[in-house]
Amino acid sequence: MATITAGLPTSYVTSENTISSWLLTKDHKRIALLFFASITFFFFIGGIAATLIRMHLATPEGLLQPDIYNRMFTMHGIVMVWFFLIPSIPTTLGNFIIPLAIGAHDLAFPRINLASWYVFNLSGLVLLYALIMGGIDTGWTFYTPYSTLFANGYVIAATLAVFINGFSSIMTGLNFVVTIHRLRAPGMTWMRLPLFVWGIYSVSLVMLLATPVLAMTVLLVAMERFMGVGIFDPARGGDPLLFQHMFWFYSHPAVYIMILPAMGVVSELITCYVRRPIFGYTGMTYALMSIAIISFFVWGHHMFTAGISIYSAVVFSLMTFFVAVPSAIKVFNWTASLHKGSITFDAPMLYALGFVLLFTIGGLTGLIVATVALDVHLQDTYFVIAHFHYIMVGGTVSAFFGGLHYWWPKITGRLYPEMWARMAALLTFVGFNLTFFPQFILGYLGMPRRYYAYPPEWQAWNVLSSAGASILAVAYILPLGYLGWSLLRGERAAPNPWRATGLEWQTSSPPPKHNFERTPVVTAGPYLYDPEDGGFIAQNGAVNA
Amino acid sequence: MDHWIQFWPRTAAVNGEVVNALYIAELAVCGLILMTVVGLMFSFCVRYRAGSTASRANLTEKTWHWEIGWTTATLVLLLIGFVWGAAVYIWLYKSPLGDLEVYVVGKQWMWKMEHPGGQREIDALHVPVDKTVRLLLASQDVIHSFFIPAFRIKHDAVPGQYETVWFKATKPGTYLIECSEFCGTEHAHMKGEVVVMEPAAFALWLRDQGVRESLAQEGEALFREHGCSGCHGENSTVHAPSLVGVYGGIVHLQDGSAVRADERYLRDCILLPRTFTVAGYPPVMPDFSGQLGEDDLVKLIAYIKSLAR
Repeated sequence: MATITAGLPTSYVTSENTISSWLLTKDHKRIALLFFASITFFFFIGGIAATLIRMHLATPEGLLQPDIYNRMFTMHGIVMVWFFLIPSIPTTLGNFIIPLAIGAHDLAFPRINLASWYVFNLSGLVLLYALIMGGIDTGWTFYTPYSTLFANGYVIAATLAVFINGFSSIMTGLNFVVTIHRLRAPGMTWMRLPLFVWGIYSVSLVMLLATPVLAMTVLLVAMERFMGVGIFDPARGGDPLLFQHMFWFYSHPAVYIMILPAMGVVSELITCYVRRPIFGYTGMTYALMSIAIISFFVWGHHMFTAGISIYSAVVFSLMTFFVAVPSAIKVFNWTASLHKGSITFDAPMLYALGFVLLFTIGGLTGLIVATVALDVHLQDTYFVIAHFHYIMVGGTVSAFFGGLHYWWPKITGRLYPEMWARMAALLTFVGFNLTFFPQFILGYLGMPRRYYAYPPEWQAWNVLSSAGASILAVAYILPLGYLGWSLLRGERAAPNPWRATGLEWQTSSPPPKHNFERTPVVTAGPYLYDPEDGGFIAQNGAVNA
Repeated sequence: MDHWIQFWPRTAAVNGEVVNALYIAELAVCGLILMTVVGLMFSFCVRYRAGSTASRANLTEKTWHWEIGWTTATLVLLLIGFVWGAAVYIWLYKSPLGDLEVYVVGKQWMWKMEHPGGQREIDALHVPVDKTVRLLLASQDVIHSFFIPAFRIKHDAVPGQYETVWFKATKPGTYLIECSEFCGTEHAHMKGEVVVMEPAAFALWLRDQGVRESLAQEGEALFREHGCSGCHGENSTVHAPSLVGVYGGIVHLQDGSAVRADERYLRDCILLPRTFTVAGYPPVMPDFSGQLGEDDLVKLIAYIKSLAR
């Protein structure tokens, strides 16, 4: 390494390279990489569970024992939700890019940032303990009274893991809120913020406000299970539906925790590769914030068949339809942003286009399940599974990979191999649709979720879905190979290889330890691209540089 | 059903037909929106690919009238979907008076059905065609969910509560019953079938079950056995409310509130009498929580209901 890097300016990677300089670093860029290692590990753990699930479901009676199958989907859910999707974009891309994008030298609280990573890993260890000791079979939703009175498994360990994990979320959210309020470079007004920053800002507010409720909820589950406190157990005067209200009060906003940063990433990618300003910037910021706010008032739509009052169900349905309005605005604005652009189809753009299509399908099917009467039939079936995977995997994971490729040269100082990356993006799109589209049909046919066995007439769709999953697996493993290769052999990246407008591109690739030689002064809004000649004005006023 | 691949589930109840219509309408609208978005994206991507000769002059800068336009259009479309969906939902979940009432108790991992005549079935439900069947759902242990895909109805069975759901089957035949809320190891096998029969065949089936006592009669026996009759009986000297005619009426409670005496209320009164003390009566009834299983509760309630008629 030393010989290769000789002659280049010292970057955050090369400045000091002892083990303790990484494990005790307060540099947001290094912490982003630490988080990246942790969530990649958990992504593959969750992925192994998913692989087993799809292999099992290829035949009606499957290959796993029922108890093993039940543990697999539980582990898949817990790992993917709390240990991959929620932290994915904020802790890695957000951590790395936000200070650079607003012209700051670091996050507001570097030590809290590092603590967040340690707390995250601690919760990961507790979860791995639960997994190795024998797992749990409650589903990631921990519904009572099953979880508190009937499940045999490491429920307390798993809820403890989720409890601890929440503190990592809160610390990260807090850090971003304060950073974005206080550390913007001179001239970086709110209405000049790139939409990625807006996405992270809105999600951080939701993390701060919703996560404590999750902590309370899982703590109560653990207390009821361990000490027999009657909170949810009807025999002790508790109410099992109280759990659902509390759980979804967090877990519905959690869905938006997953999607809002993805929306921010995609807005960056589309403008850059279309080379025109985003259509309706102001509308986009309002849409992000209103999604974040309305997300707190829709939790009841998970309980339409659970026995809540008919009229409260109707109100929750109405609120859910309202959340579709800002989502639709975003889709229309991204589409309109393609108009009169000068579009190139590099891998990040392919991921972004895939995101818009898959998110649109996820959003439209969301309207179908928001329709109370249809939800009566579709609740707890594969239709719901397909719907939320279109949002969380088709949406968030596509955006994560898109963003990863886009910022890869900035993070590593190397270019990724374009053809391989395009292939991975296309495989993701094809594999994803083949995996999850058949599940919409299975859902309306009436296949409930969490079934380890199903009637033989549903096999054809399940086989298609499993075949798609194998393509998807290739699409997710592929980047590990060629990105790993590019770390060592990739072409050196210039500071601004995509000719993009953000401040992060106005420093070297990879950036120096303190991000900028001089604090940048912002004189321009984001996205000043000109589709006619491909030129651009960076946010610090630099023209075509 | 016999095809190797199924595209559409069977529909065998009026509930299902109404839900189908709504589903098809929403699918059509969503399909149209999706096609519009995909079509626009595709044509923009082709027309404005880098290097194409299409003019980029006069880039749309003023966007607000477009945005207000499509926001309003979305909102109107959504409100139509909402109102239609809500109206159907209220119809689906507002429990009508059934021609027939069946108690359904979910337990790990089976469905136990009890007909008013005392006939019992496990994982099977025989019902007559073209009659409104009202189900009372209870759970002995965890949350289950009673789901008949061919009827498009589903409702959770929650421990500690009674829930109701109804259907009116339109085609004789056998249809799948499933549990759709994860309830433990054998969740996937908590299945059964609903057998829809012509009324004559159903009457014959009821007769052939070899039942001696109706649900209400069994309830009457429990009513004496557990000492309920000592206070609530006609010749009792204890000051306790009479149960004759209580079902279906309005009851005024000690705390000033008034509730409708439905099955859920009767159940709560038996298990948590202190919370539901009737106005003008001393709170002397012992609570029976933990002493009565769901099966017995069903019988007692059937008996109390029989007093109402």
